[in-house]
Formats: sequence, C-alpha cells, structure tokens
Amino acid sequence: MSAQRMLLSGNHAVSHAVRLARPSVIPVYPITPQTPILEQITEFLAKGEMAAEVMTMESEHSAMAAAITASLTGARVFTATASQGLLLMHEMLHWAAGARAPIVMANVNRTVGSPWGFWPDQTDSLAQRDVGWIQYYCENGQESHDTVLQAFRVAEQVLLPAMVIHEAFYVSHAMEAIRLVSQDQVDRYLPPFNPPHRLDPERPESIGNTVLQGMFQRHRRDMGQAMDGVLEIAARADRELAQLTGRGYGVVERYRCEGADFVIATMGSMAGTAREAVDELRREGASVGLLKVKLFRPFPVQGIRDALSGVPKVMVLDRNFAPGTGGVLFQELKAALYGARRAPEVHGYLAGVGGTSISPAAIKAMVDCALAEEPSACSVWKG
Amino acid sequence: MNYQIAEQRVFNPGHAACPGCHVALAMRFVLNTLGPDTIAVVPPSCIAIIAGPQPLSSMRIPVYQTTLEASAASAAGIKRALVAKGNHHTNVVAIAGDGGTYDIGFQALSSAAERNEDIIYVCLDNEGYMNTGSQKSSATPSRAYTTSTPSGKPTPKKNVAEIMAAHNIPYMATATTGYPDDLARKVARARDMKGGLRFIVVLTPCLDGWGIADDDGPKTSRLAVESGIFPLYEVENGNRYTLNHGPEGAPLAGYLARQQRYGHLSPADVEFLQAEVDRNWERLQAKFGSATGAAIKGG
Repeated sequence: MSAQRMLLSGNHAVSHAVRLARPSVIPVYPITPQTPILEQITEFLAKGEMAAEVMTMESEHSAMAAAITASLTGARVFTATASQGLLLMHEMLHWAAGARAPIVMANVNRTVGSPWGFWPDQTDSLAQRDVGWIQYYCENGQESHDTVLQAFRVAEQVLLPAMVIHEAFYVSHAMEAIRLVSQDQVDRYLPPFNPPHRLDPERPESIGNTVLQGMFQRHRRDMGQAMDGVLEIAARADRELAQLTGRGYGVVERYRCEGADFVIATMGSMAGTAREAVDELRREGASVGLLKVKLFRPFPVQGIRDALSGVPKVMVLDRNFAPGTGGVLFQELKAALYGARRAPEVHGYLAGVGGTSISPAAIKAMVDCALAEEPSACSVWKG
Repeated sequence: MNYQIAEQRVFNPGHAACPGCHVALAMRFVLNTLGPDTIAVVPPSCIAIIAGPQPLSSMRIPVYQTTLEASAASAAGIKRALVAKGNHHTNVVAIAGDGGTYDIGFQALSSAAERNEDIIYVCLDNEGYMNTGSQKSSATPSRAYTTSTPSGKPTPKKNVAEIMAAHNIPYMATATTGYPDDLARKVARARDMKGGLRFIVVLTPCLDGWGIADDDGPKTSRLAVESGIFPLYEVENGNRYTLNHGPEGAPLAGYLARQQRYGHLSPADVEFLQAEVDRNWERLQAKFGSATGAAIKGG
C-alpha cells in the first residue's frame, strides 16, 4: 500500500500513528491541548478501525497507574497528556520507569500554572527529565507521527517508557499534509509486544516488593544501562523507519552546520523557525547552522560534542524556564561540552517562554546580539 | 450457618505480621478463597509487609505492589490487559488498608466503581494508619486515640460501606475476622459474581494500634458486631440489602473497655458513642425493609 497523505493537525498525526501501532490498552484523561489525540482514538474505536480497551479514568494519576499495570501484564499501552496532567502523573512516571513498563505517551507542551495559561512552553516535560523516561521533542506533526512509531520500537526493546513531545497549538493544532506510514510497514517495523516478565498466574512473579539497598542500587544501575543503550537503539530505529518511509531525523540533527562558525541549538517547533533564520543568514553570507536536539533523554552527549566541537559560538534557545538556573537545554548542553576539546562559547537565551511568538527575524537579531556579546554564565531573557 | 473455608495455601505461614494480627488472618481467608488463578495488587500498608520483601513472598500468586493512592486504577489496568489478551478467568484483587481506601485511594476507587471495573477490592480496615504507628485515617471512629489525635478523634468514621453501595456496584459487603465463615463466604460470592466491581470492607482489629491483648482480637471483632458498631451485611446493585449479623444487645461500653485507644473516655463520651451507634443502626436497619428487622441472615 502506498503512503497515504492527509491534512492533519499534529495531534491527529499522533492518533493515526497510535492506530497503526495497535496498542491494546489506552487509559485516557482529557486536558487541553492534548484532548484531540484521545478524541480521534476513541473515534477510530467507535468506527471499528482500532481494537483496544479504552479506560476513561478520573485523573492523569490513575491513567498512568493503569497504563503501568496494563503494560506489566503484557499489553502494548499508549496514553497522552499535557501540562498539569503530566505533573499530576509525576509519581507514576518514576514508577513506570522503575517497573520497566515500556508505555508510550504523547505530551503536548503547555505552560504550567499558576497562573493559568494554555501556551506552548516546554517546562512541563523538561521538569520530568529525571524520571527515567525516554524523551523525544518533535518539530512538526509529521515528525510526531513517525516518532510515535519509533518510540514504541525503542521502548519495547529496552523496557523503558517513552514520551513523544510536541508543543501546544504551534504543532498540536496546526494542520499540515502528513504522510502516514502504511499499516503493512508498521506491522513489519513493530513486532508484537512480548515482554520477558509479566503479571501472569501461570508464572507467579511479584513486581515492586520492598528491596534492600544493594538490590535497589543494582536495579538503578540496570535502568541506567538500559537508558544508555537507547542512543544506539534510537538511532537504529530512526534509520530503519527511514528505510521504509524515506524520512529520518537522527537523534540530533545538524542542519547546514558545514563550516559554520555559529550554531543555533534548540528543540521542538523552535527548530522550524530557526531553520528559516539559518536559511536567510546563509543567503546573506553568514556561516550559521542549526543543531536540533530531538532525543533529550538520554541526552546525546557525544552527538552534541561531535556537532559543536570547533564551532566558535553556540546560541541555545530555550522555550522553558527553571527559576534559579534558567534554560534547561542551556544547562544540559554546557554540561555536555564541559571538558570537550575545542568547546564553543555558549550563549543561553530564553526565547518564547510562556508561548510568546518568536519570528525568524527575532532569531536573526539574537544571532547579531550573541556575535557582539561575551557569553553570560546565566540564561538571558530575550523575548 | 457454616461456610466451609477452602485452604488453598495461596497465603502461607512464615510471613512478617505481628503475632495475632488480624490483617494476616483476613489475608488468609481472602486469598485462599480466591485461589491460585488470581493476581493481587497491594499498596503500602501492613499488607505489603506481610506480602514480603523481594525475593520472598507469602503469596503464591503474582503480587504487584503499587503506590498508596493507585490500587483500584492499578488493578483495573491489569484486568483490562488480561481481557485484551483474551483471559476472562483470572481474578484481579486489590487488597488495601483503610488509609489507602477511605483516604488517599478513594478517588481512584470511586472511579473504578463508576466504570464498574471487573475487579474485587478488599479493604482491610484497622481504623487508622497502623503501619506508620497509628495515625488517624477517615476510618478512625469518633473519640479514638491515635498519635495524630491524642485527645481523641473529634469526627465520626466515614461510612465507606454506604458510599460504595451508593455507586450501585454489583456487590458490597462488610465483614470481620471474628466471623471467618461469613468473611470467606462473601469472598467466594464476590469471586463467583464476575462482571463488575465487588467491594468488601473487613474490620481487622489491630492489637498494637487499638491497644488490645494479643489473644483478644477475635473477641473484639465479635463485640464490634454484637454491639452494633460494625454490623455485617451485603448490598447487591446498591439496593438489595441483606443483614448477616446485626447487634445482639451487647453494650458498646464492653467493646470500648477492652481497647486502650478508648482509655481516656469519660462516661459521657461512652454515652455519646452509644447514641451514635444507635442512630447509625436505626438508619441502616431501615434499609433492610420494615418487615425484616434485624434477623435476616445471608445465604
């Protein structure tokens, strides 16, 4: 079957990928701007285009609790959330990773209260960076569609949960022509989920009982080893999907970085805007490139070092804010580069926090600013 | 009426409960009645301690230990995954304490009941956070001492039995360890009545938390029923009430006097509590139907 092309929002692009992945349990709870993902899924079920147990929970906390046990019983599980919902899940996010439940969840980045807002801002998911989930940040609906499939493939190999993340409205509600992966291709790409351990009275095993210090540490080391393995497995999963679809993204993407003496580093939809700014700057004769960090957990330290070593200046754009430390990507990127040979100067700019609009022209102005300034140790507010 | 209790050795000796523990006693009747084709969900509680530390287990079935507020959601997730895989026979039971049921786990439980998830939920109610050293829960009765209510609890026990019955679930029952055949019969009934949420709240005296003698658990449990503070009854579909064991005229004072958690009570307090019990019984009795009084026994 040839690839089908449809005009879809980023959220519906996710729903179609979920349909193709054939999960068998889907606990759901509505929250703006994620809701269209689950609405489209329940619509598929009502029309008989999907078969799954849908659980209409009373909270995101319970949705994640049910997702974990369904996964541990051997079901492929999907759920979706955003913002406050993700934060309410926090305890169970740690639990899912600790229990090694390879759930795939879409998170639509939205500002975190107080005060209330509904705007694109990555602070919600970046605040979950230490919970043991794989995290993918997507630039547009096509990437989200493809990444959901990659996430299932990677998560089920390493037995760690994975989050596929895109931003409110800019991606979640913007309509684009999306090329759907065909069912036949997905069935070849995603083998049935068949975990080595599961809750099964035929083979009684307990999960989650109290352990002593040594066993706890061993357990965490195992998780760390599984997470470390993700870099290679995710890169392979990306290549293998690219072989089927012609679309690959890499765990990091270097866009027009050849010979660049200035690189913009960012994640999510900001990468799309920065791409335009880079094209304009290149046309104007400036040697500027873009580094898009797609896989944020595990953090692709070596990929970042390879991309940025020898580049004189790097400008990190963070659409997120951690009071007391600033932009999260800025911190992580500097940590990755510390001690690297020929490490660049790194400028950290807070841009688009709270969902403010950042245009290619605004990014070009920030490039001028970074070229003229000495880098600050702390993130600088830009717009 | 005597119900023959099956002892399938799903629950085994050698566990870590205190000697004379009624939570362990209840687990024995519940798990051995459910049998080996069962998956259990256990939140933090004495039940989790009794289940055992990794790699040991007192239960010869898969046990999933979950977070304190998530028992019902966790159990429902297991059941849905079994159904998705074509397994319609395995029992999924959540066994939680009163804190994990009446308090922090109530939201998830209420929702599971509203969705009528095909699970059994057993609350082993020892009327407080006994695993953390006896703090007040919303299952703690009026005037009872706990370490967080040193002057006695100012408000009454939450009526979880009636709240659960009001969800119109297929089966709700109260039970206590002093009536083991009644408890086991109710578990068997819940087991055989598949297709929706079945809830049993089991009063399990806590020797340490209640301040009772090591060998006094069974008598205390029976007096809870005979005095009318904890009547044993069943409700089907939210409206068919059956009384199994109601008050038999034992004064509440006798029940209170054997527990140190009530040691500070004045005669006026005892009178106040007796009036509360009488009032609750009167209200409950009306639900069994005017002609039936207190004498109906469940089959």
